[in-house]
Amino acid sequence: MPTPFMYASPEQVMRDRADYARKGIARGRAIVALEYTDGILFLAENPSSTLHKVSEIYDRIAFAGVGKYDEYERLRILGIRQADLKGYAYAREDVTARALANLYSQVLGEMFTNAFKPFEVEILVAEVGNAGEESQLYRVMFDGVMTDEEGFVALGGQEEGLASFLEGRYEATPDLNAAVKLGIEALRSVGNAVLPPEQVEAAVLDRTMTRRKFRRLATAQLSAALA
Amino acid sequence: MTDRNPLTDPARLRSSFTDFLRADRPDLLPTMGAGTDEDVHATTILALRYTDGVLMAGDRRATAGMSIAMSDIEKVFPTDSHSAVAISGTPGPAIEIVRLFQTELEYYEKVEGETLSLAGKANHLGRLIRGNFPAALQGLIVVPLFGGYDLRAGVGRIYSYDVTGGAYVEADYYATGSGGVHAKNTLKRLWDDGLDRAAAMRMAIESLTDAAEEDAATAGPDIVHGVYPTVFSITAEGVHEVPDAEVETVSRAVLDDRTARAARRGTV
Repeated sequence: MPTPFMYASPEQVMRDRADYARKGIARGRAIVALEYTDGILFLAENPSSTLHKVSEIYDRIAFAGVGKYDEYERLRILGIRQADLKGYAYAREDVTARALANLYSQVLGEMFTNAFKPFEVEILVAEVGNAGEESQLYRVMFDGVMTDEEGFVALGGQEEGLASFLEGRYEATPDLNAAVKLGIEALRSVGNAVLPPEQVEAAVLDRTMTRRKFRRLATAQLSAALA
Repeated sequence: MTDRNPLTDPARLRSSFTDFLRADRPDLLPTMGAGTDEDVHATTILALRYTDGVLMAGDRRATAGMSIAMSDIEKVFPTDSHSAVAISGTPGPAIEIVRLFQTELEYYEKVEGETLSLAGKANHLGRLIRGNFPAALQGLIVVPLFGGYDLRAGVGRIYSYDVTGGAYVEADYYATGSGGVHAKNTLKRLWDDGLDRAAAMRMAIESLTDAAEEDAATAGPDIVHGVYPTVFSITAEGVHEVPDAEVETVSRAVLDDRTARAARRGTV
């Protein structure tokens, strides 16, 4: 028996796809990024110490992804590849977060409209500026919508709760310990109220470092900041 | 291959940057056509082990035929936090190979979340040199020297190469390039177990100076213009360039001893 023809309006199709992607993302745990005196801090609730949500892309650029692991992992590798390709073909200073975020926006937009299923991810591309320069935080949604954020940004399932928690409490620009404390309090406010530091993945883009500015923070550092 | 989706094609999700270039952007791979005798050549480069790790050094001269093309060229490059490459041969392709190698090591580290083993790095460099073999047959030879600190084993290691990309572990020291044979003779005579950093520095400069005295394509320490050999140390703490001031002090000591010796013999 032939399948009966079913009509669905484009609006309906897009709504369904968006709902599907949002549901997938909401299942994941959130990430928060905050600008602090020497750069940008990333905090994520993550029980695994080896499967990262936040990672290095290039000298002063980092990537954070929430949602389906294999999908943001593909996007992460794509980003490293494009950044390294550009830096190798031209020069290191030609690699920028804006260009990378644009690429992600296009890829995700394309996947949202044309792929069998949209990617269930939301990503953040951050670039730390030199002292006196602005840092850049670009958030790219599952449908390719890209926004430029300032100060702090929250991604993932509980992003609204996180953002409203930080809204009244974040004051530019905290030092690293204050930023760690505020960020972990924000994560605790939307999920596990006693979230231990061992289950927090933390990394920074630190402008005081030499060429590669990305480094991970140890649990001991987080505990010290919370004490 | 190139028309497949970059996000789902497993071939493009591998952790080798060179494989990715070969598949996607072969135009960016370092390959060269035929060369001539007038192409720029170098060099004396050397590496020796000492108690803390490895010291790598290179002179600063590049020649083209009978001319000196450059007298302040760098031939030693850090390739990641715990390794460095020195190059001999034709600088153009050599520097391009070093850039690709640096990108490859960092790419692997970022994608995999851990660094390649030292042997893995050395073998990969061999593959890049093998890729240059057709150009080497035409005269554009690139022969590197690779040194690194093996964090897993806790020792410094030196790898030498031939033009076909064969990589060989050297026990204690090695030198190559047009003046390599002279530098190696000096190292052979002076090298011993348990060298400290100061002794290793002295030995590196002695060897380069000997090579410069025998080989027209190698320059010794140039006190007139303040151009001194490039020296890098690679230890558990990482790769560090030895500051110019320190290289100058050691260079002056080596040259002063030679002047004094010549004076004693009444030739100055």
